[in-house]
Amino acid sequence: MTTDTVGRFERELEDLEVGLERVPAADASERIASAIEAPAVGTPLPFEGVSQPDSVMTEPTNGDVASARTGVTPATFAIAEYGSLAIESRPAGDEPISVYPDRHVAVVAASDVLPDIEAGFDRLEAQFAERNSVVFATGRSATADMGDLVHGVHGPGEVRVIVLEDR
Amino acid sequence: MAERTKPPETRTETAARLRHLLETEGEAVHAHVSVSNLRREQAYEATDDIEALRSEARSIKEDAIDRLPELIETVRGAVEENGGTVYVADDAADANRYISEVVDGKALPDADPSVVKSKSMTTEEIDLNDALEDEGVDVYETDLGEWVLQVADDTPSHIVGPAMHLTREEIADLFNERFEPDEPFETAEELTRFARDHLGERIREADVGITGANFVVAESGTMTLITNEGNARKCAVTPDTHVAVAGVEKLIPSTRDLEPFVDIIAKSATGQPISQYVTMLTPPTDSPTLNFDEPDAPLVSAGADGESADSSDAPESDREFHLVLLDNGRLDMREDEQLRETLYCIRCGACSNSCANFQAVGGHGFGGETYSGGIATGWEAGVHGQDSAAEFNDLCTGCTRCVDACPVKIDIPWINTVVRDRVNRDAEPEAYDFLVDGLTPDAEGGGLDLGKRFFGNVGTAAKLGSATAPVSNWLAETSPVRALLERTLGIDRRRDLPTFQRESLVDWFEMRGGAEASRQRAERATARTSGADIDREVVLYPDVYTNYVDTDRGKAAVRTLETLGIPVSVPDLPESGRAPLSQGMVATADRQASRLYGAVAEDLDAGRDIVVVEPSDLAAFQREYERLLPERSFERLRDNSYEICEYIYGLVENGADAELLSTGSDAGDGHADDDRGEPIAYHSHCQQRTLGLEAPTTALLERCGYAPQTSTVECCGMAGSFGYKQEYYEVSMNVGDRLAREFERAETVVASGTSCGDQLETVLERSVPHPIEILAPDR
Repeated sequence: MTTDTVGRFERELEDLEVGLERVPAADASERIASAIEAPAVGTPLPFEGVSQPDSVMTEPTNGDVASARTGVTPATFAIAEYGSLAIESRPAGDEPISVYPDRHVAVVAASDVLPDIEAGFDRLEAQFAERNSVVFATGRSATADMGDLVHGVHGPGEVRVIVLEDR
Repeated sequence: MAERTKPPETRTETAARLRHLLETEGEAVHAHVSVSNLRREQAYEATDDIEALRSEARSIKEDAIDRLPELIETVRGAVEENGGTVYVADDAADANRYISEVVDGKALPDADPSVVKSKSMTTEEIDLNDALEDEGVDVYETDLGEWVLQVADDTPSHIVGPAMHLTREEIADLFNERFEPDEPFETAEELTRFARDHLGERIREADVGITGANFVVAESGTMTLITNEGNARKCAVTPDTHVAVAGVEKLIPSTRDLEPFVDIIAKSATGQPISQYVTMLTPPTDSPTLNFDEPDAPLVSAGADGESADSSDAPESDREFHLVLLDNGRLDMREDEQLRETLYCIRCGACSNSCANFQAVGGHGFGGETYSGGIATGWEAGVHGQDSAAEFNDLCTGCTRCVDACPVKIDIPWINTVVRDRVNRDAEPEAYDFLVDGLTPDAEGGGLDLGKRFFGNVGTAAKLGSATAPVSNWLAETSPVRALLERTLGIDRRRDLPTFQRESLVDWFEMRGGAEASRQRAERATARTSGADIDREVVLYPDVYTNYVDTDRGKAAVRTLETLGIPVSVPDLPESGRAPLSQGMVATADRQASRLYGAVAEDLDAGRDIVVVEPSDLAAFQREYERLLPERSFERLRDNSYEICEYIYGLVENGADAELLSTGSDAGDGHADDDRGEPIAYHSHCQQRTLGLEAPTTALLERCGYAPQTSTVECCGMAGSFGYKQEYYEVSMNVGDRLAREFERAETVVASGTSCGDQLETVLERSVPHPIEILAPDR
């Protein structure tokens, strides 16, 4: 929303060891291309003037999802105070594509970076009224069940966030 | 699940079982839970409105449980409208049968059906895995901790970190033996990679995904699953069929009601601001299913493209969803005034993490058939029956540290007290009842454990011990007497017994002239000093220990108050009820509370302040009396009773001269360059901490020239009678040793509670007075 909110978001992500880049919409496709490790799969990006780079498969097969190194999805919104990304379970497969590959690249509009969880729930009320499903994903998948903290268990071990500063 | 048929353990057997756990699992559990506890405290401190958040979460649960039958119908309507099914299962067998039928229909011909699960204590409660395996279903746990337990054929030792009792080395040995890798597993990284790959395949092949649900939003049929690994996301979204199993108490009315729980559950569980994945699924979801058997098939079938996210454009979903809502005793718990609060539990494990005894033995000791930790007493009594709760309930000492930790403010110690009372009442009379009959003027029925009955009536024994001192002390230390005490009352012979004083505090006070002389002393003190003239009068409560055993701290309190110009009386007052409460003797405590209130009512009316030395007695006045006295009586006593150092600090803050007290090292004594004060190690009392009264003592010590170092250990391990009991002596010493290690190098150690002081004196082998004894003016 404000620069401060994105700044807060960035600081929280830093603590979670998640990188954030701010880009104008016009440059987004190029920046996504440099943030991925091939092979990459993705879902359509619902931001005006932004599309997935050619290196991201947007109509993947099941096998492509299984073998992809990177998944690129939009985040419907983000919560600055916790560094959380709201990933919507759209029919295009945002949920599996954001959880299966080891790297997740999330694209979010600066205007959708909300200050706190309360603002997030304002959005969720409308989502759930439509019977949608949403995941708050915060940082990298982690476990300490094997005796020490390890990242990248069932979910991605690496997360990058691209904020569209003019969207 | 079977009714217990084995006879109850003897004290020696219980001691041996707990000793084994201390040795085999205690270190690993302590390492995990003490860190989670510390992080939880930090997360709470870092959250501005934590109290408001906890209160809000609680009130939502109160409302939800109140409206539970209505919410069940609401969620049924919502889930069915979404295209799913709701099944309300009466009990474990009913739930297992339904789920087996769902799973059975999903296998390919000639193949065993396979199920992947994310972590769910509710499915542990109903032994779902066993039930499915009996039907020929392959079941795989995908939470790494749960999977380790499945491989090890072990049970959860903690409701959040189920395998925390196993070390990395033990897991590596287990996996090397079971899976025979080319290169033996060593690091957590290697083990985790292997588990991810192995379980990843199971998830891709599975016919059905079974999850629990942390919260279920009734109005929309939204399941909330909270994980850090991401396994619940995959289990729910990959197979075509998703079964969510949740206790009926997981229902909350609306989306808005979900917010405080999402906000607080990770903070209370692990001290994280939020968990990695908060999955809020409204199944059947729009996500495409993943059929890895057909790698060349498109993920999204033609016609459903993501640009038109409108689900009405999507083809008919091939997803199937079942919500199994489990009753299994919960609706009866809802009708049980005392157990009802258990249903507010969000299973975060904060009560386990904040519990000194849990930290020592883990959930295999401090737990029943399924659940562990303080709240487990309520769960086990409600879903498995009182016998299961009775096996571990005495490990709750009522220290109350979980009260500050619980995100929904459940009075967990009270649930333990009530269940203990019920267990007591169901017990058979014992052969030695006559031995304690004369010592036990209680309001309990026969059959109560002799040791409990003795400790519950300890005031009577102390009075007798004092009247016959020093003979009683000599006698008590002889080996035949210790053997008899151990055999009949279960008092461990290794534990030092309290030394009774022949002259009680009340007698001492009368001998020096009583209240009138105290008034004159206070007036003279006021006249001598330029301190503020504070017009208060104090009734010093002579608790059992201060009156008969540790009279010095009572005398120090009287002298300190008088020096600051406050007249004191020390009347012979009834017991507070703390002792019977700790043994689950609620009727006796109730009677004592009424007597105590009756005895101080006139003082309260006259505007006198009730000042208490022993924190556990003050905690009875300020916490449990709410349940034992009429509201107005409770509030009057609560609002006019004070812990001694809290009271002195209040006097000093209101103009009394702290210089009149014994102060720490002053300039010129070799510490002149150090203005932080004289070092002193201070262990506050557990219940005192919960009342928020550690801070006034440390502040007072600082005012008086000391630099207090406070303990991080939640409880001293003695906890009144707990450390005397034969079956718990070693647990008590284990907890006490941890506390001692913090204070090993301290020159001066003080403690507010009698038992804390006794425990520290035992493990440190030196004198540990009450802070008031350090601060009292020199005579």
